Amino acid sequence: MKKNLISINDLERSDIESFLSTASEVEKLTKRKASDILPGCILSTLFLEPSTRTRLSFEAAMQRLGGTTINLASEVSSVQKGENITDTGKVVAGYTDICVVRSPYEGTARMLTEKTKVPIINGGDGANQHPTQTLLDLFTIKKEFGSIDGLKIGMMGDLKYGRTVHSLAEALDNYSVEIRLISPDETKMPEHIVKEVGVEEETNKMKIKDLDVLYTTRIQKERFPDKQEYERVKDVFVLDEERVKEMKKDAILMHPLPRIDEIKPEGDKLPQARYFEQAKNGVPARMGIILELLGVEVNV
Amino acid sequence: MSDLKVSKISNGTVIDHISPGKGLVVMSLLGLDGSSKRTTSLLMNVESSKMERKDILKVEDRKLKEEEVMSVSVLAPEATVNIIDNQSVVEKKLVELPEKIEGVLECPNPHCVTNTDEPLDVSFEIIDKKPVMLKCGYCERKFTTQELDI
Ligand SMILES: [Zn+2]
Repeated sequence: MKKNLISINDLERSDIESFLSTASEVEKLTKRKASDILPGCILSTLFLEPSTRTRLSFEAAMQRLGGTTINLASEVSSVQKGENITDTGKVVAGYTDICVVRSPYEGTARMLTEKTKVPIINGGDGANQHPTQTLLDLFTIKKEFGSIDGLKIGMMGDLKYGRTVHSLAEALDNYSVEIRLISPDETKMPEHIVKEVGVEEETNKMKIKDLDVLYTTRIQKERFPDKQEYERVKDVFVLDEERVKEMKKDAILMHPLPRIDEIKPEGDKLPQARYFEQAKNGVPARMGIILELLGVEVNV
Repeated sequence: MSDLKVSKISNGTVIDHISPGKGLVVMSLLGLDGSSKRTTSLLMNVESSKMERKDILKVEDRKLKEEEVMSVSVLAPEATVNIIDNQSVVEKKLVELPEKIEGVLECPNPHCVTNTDEPLDVSFEIIDKKPVMLKCGYCERKFTTQELDI
């Protein structure tokens, strides 16, 4: 059983499976029963940069379990007054039973595991890791199909800089899935990840008809040195109603949100659209993570 | 070796067979910058029967610790380390890549938490030996020795 959740790379398949199964068990409980699990427990969120949704999702998860939360927001943080993160972390984590850390500095959460005694959850560290997002993505896929093995999974959009898709690809390496990477040549997934995870296919065409899961991310304008080039590629990868309808009926379309215009709102009502459900799954997924790290079993 | 311009040392460490030109970085890796007050001699491009040319580093009155010897291996995998006591070689070590290097190297990633004011030692995991690849234990980025810029 893991004490901290810092990086997807620390997890074996069995670790991932325990997080997911605890999440799915806790999701089956009535609200009343769930709120009996952790009364009196406090979760702290130490956010050195804002990320409202991640924070709210953790707060909702802890409160659904009957616990409470305290927050150190980036704008009032003592770190800005010159105290180092280590000291602030020791103090804030010390008030509580479990602590979520978000930081622009890569490795902050790992560092705090060495300095504090309570379980630490990485809520995002710069371009490095955001493991609770990856677990909620896997939770969504597993909830939908019952099993992750055997699926054809496409990742599309900005595969070069997107932390979410890197982590997801690394996590999926624990499963026997077929991975297809779909992106313009300018935003291809870094070679070292492609090699590491065993990718079946890389393409710059929108080849999505046979997929079970399409995970799409936003191509950011800032990434393109040539704005005309951006204008050219951005429309190739927009999912409108017609495009989504090309997908299998029982396939699912995922996106970490927020989306801008890479999925048109008209696609939302189609049976494949699953991104709002995915965001909602962040709560049970994080409930499972909190319980696993605290070593608390769910009695159904 | 009769034409060596630096005499033998009586106590300390001699790092031999450093690839030519790498001697300076080995020095900086070991923190030998003059503030240590130890007599340090660096010979560059010395003729060698084994490797044509080589660098040799001699540090008086300092015996390299095991982890220091290992960290030398990242930069100079073919080096040999001789520990000298009372004018004779008491220990001869081939450097060997360790699994981890702690506290000696700096992470080149400007966004890494080890490059802030936090009180911590950088640690690198050696994830590949040929060519050498190191992974920062904090930001998890992977680097070649060239990228480590030492
Ligand atoms: Zn680093």
